[in-house]
Amino acid sequence: MQNVYIHQTNIISPLGFSTAKNFMELCNGKTALQPTQFTEPIGSIFAGKIDKDIFQEHFSSLNSAFVGSTIEQYIVAALLPLIQQKGLSENTLFILSTTKGNIKALEQNNIQAAHLFETANHIKNYFGFSRKPIVVSNACVSGVMALSIAKRFIQMNQAKDAYVVAVDELLPFIISGFQSFQAMSNQRCKPYDETRNGVNLGEAAAAVYISTAKEDNSIEIAGDANINDANHISGPSRTGEGLVLSIEKAMQEAKITASMVDFVSLHGTATVYNDEMESIALQRTNLLDVPVNSFKGYYGHTLGASGLLETVLTVECMKHHVLLPSIGFEKIGVSHPIQVIKEKKSKTIDVALKTASGFGGSNSVIVLKK
Amino acid sequence: MYYISKYIEIKEGCIYKNGELEMQSSTSDFSDMMKEWYKSLHLSYPKFYKMDDLCKMAFIASERLLEGETSKEIALLFSNSEASLDTDIKHQQSIQTTDAYFPSPAIFVYTLPNITIGEVSIRHQLKTESAFLVSDEYPIEEMHTYTEYLLQHKKAEKVVCAWIHKLENSYHAFFYLVENQGDLPHTKQIINKIFI
Repeated sequence: MQNVYIHQTNIISPLGFSTAKNFMELCNGKTALQPTQFTEPIGSIFAGKIDKDIFQEHFSSLNSAFVGSTIEQYIVAALLPLIQQKGLSENTLFILSTTKGNIKALEQNNIQAAHLFETANHIKNYFGFSRKPIVVSNACVSGVMALSIAKRFIQMNQAKDAYVVAVDELLPFIISGFQSFQAMSNQRCKPYDETRNGVNLGEAAAAVYISTAKEDNSIEIAGDANINDANHISGPSRTGEGLVLSIEKAMQEAKITASMVDFVSLHGTATVYNDEMESIALQRTNLLDVPVNSFKGYYGHTLGASGLLETVLTVECMKHHVLLPSIGFEKIGVSHPIQVIKEKKSKTIDVALKTASGFGGSNSVIVLKK
Repeated sequence: MYYISKYIEIKEGCIYKNGELEMQSSTSDFSDMMKEWYKSLHLSYPKFYKMDDLCKMAFIASERLLEGETSKEIALLFSNSEASLDTDIKHQQSIQTTDAYFPSPAIFVYTLPNITIGEVSIRHQLKTESAFLVSDEYPIEEMHTYTEYLLQHKKAEKVVCAWIHKLENSYHAFFYLVENQGDLPHTKQIINKIFI
């Protein structure tokens, strides 16, 4: 079976419009989360929203002839620099991961434009991909799962390379739902902390180019798994079952043991139940001694984008030999003593895990290897 | 070589098993039809009544398909063209105006298409691989390839492949089980032939 490697990456977020800019801001301890005003009755919430004017200025600078919705512009902005560098072949795959896509179109009752494949086809035609795009919509694990699916298609000799994009836009549609769930924090979120009280929401687009070519500095996707909890549609399993199985199966495929893992980028939404579930899963998979973080304190929960966004950041940590703190965390508030990173420090990271868990009982894990 | 061991189709008020008519509903109302078919299963599964229409149809189709199955290593690959738009529209209506603003967690939770996978996984206790793909028409090529990957690489013993479409008055479900025995070879030609 062929190995699959992550090469170029890109991030469009409130913290900047390139992977390098985003990573630099994270190293400086900057967070995108701030009080943000939405239409009433939502009002002001802590969120990570991309500034419209600053983004438009960036988008104009790309000199793209693309005309489309905001979310489509995020996708184009994320993909364009990668495609300019790596190009397309007839066989190149394009995978789009999103939970809600252009759901904003429903505000105008435009049901057709709210179809996810409409968005994907628009992007496909703009860049001139030959093949039909694959659209993955699997709640909050979508970004990690899209990468897993891309790897598997390449390993089935369906393609030599793929562009994977993960995106979600922060809209009243989503905020109103999370508010109705009473899952949102009224302050900056604090993953794993004893005073954590819910999520902040954010928006972003992340893109990666992957292929079978091994280059200096490329990171291998060495194993992956996407196992359902079969327990509850809107809450995590109390035993972390699906996440445990996903971690075990992904590590098995990568032929690694827990002692070889240098870093785990967790899901860490800062809800009471998610973070607790993850601590149980780490205990059950012998990963309690491994440094872990959640990137949610920097961006909030960017839903379908989060898994890929955090994978890109994990890759940057591996390349720069650095562990970044889980901001918002002060005192452990989960039952098992997980090693939440409190401050930035140097460390060689040869093997890392990226995990995600979400509604529908879904879990996805990939093993990243230098 | 893998095989399609059985398949279920729901369309125009009927349930077909392996191409043969199995049940015909006495009503054309979608909600009543699902209730009628649920009752015919003689199950006690009150969660059914909380589900949205897409999940109810996924539930009925998978009950019919997985009848008598004992394996718990069954992966679920679901797909459709509209994700959860049928319920998304309901959630949007509940927040459209500030005067009548009443978002409900019971509706919002179904604004994700993979909740169908969650419901079927819970019902059949399938702690397995799954994915939800969205495509304008049934993605035969992708479903075939991905199913072969899961089976060849021992990620699952069997795979349920499904098309589960429900948007306003339009609905159609097509479910089939792929495993290492059966009458129909798991090829793109055969899938094309049985998926009418």
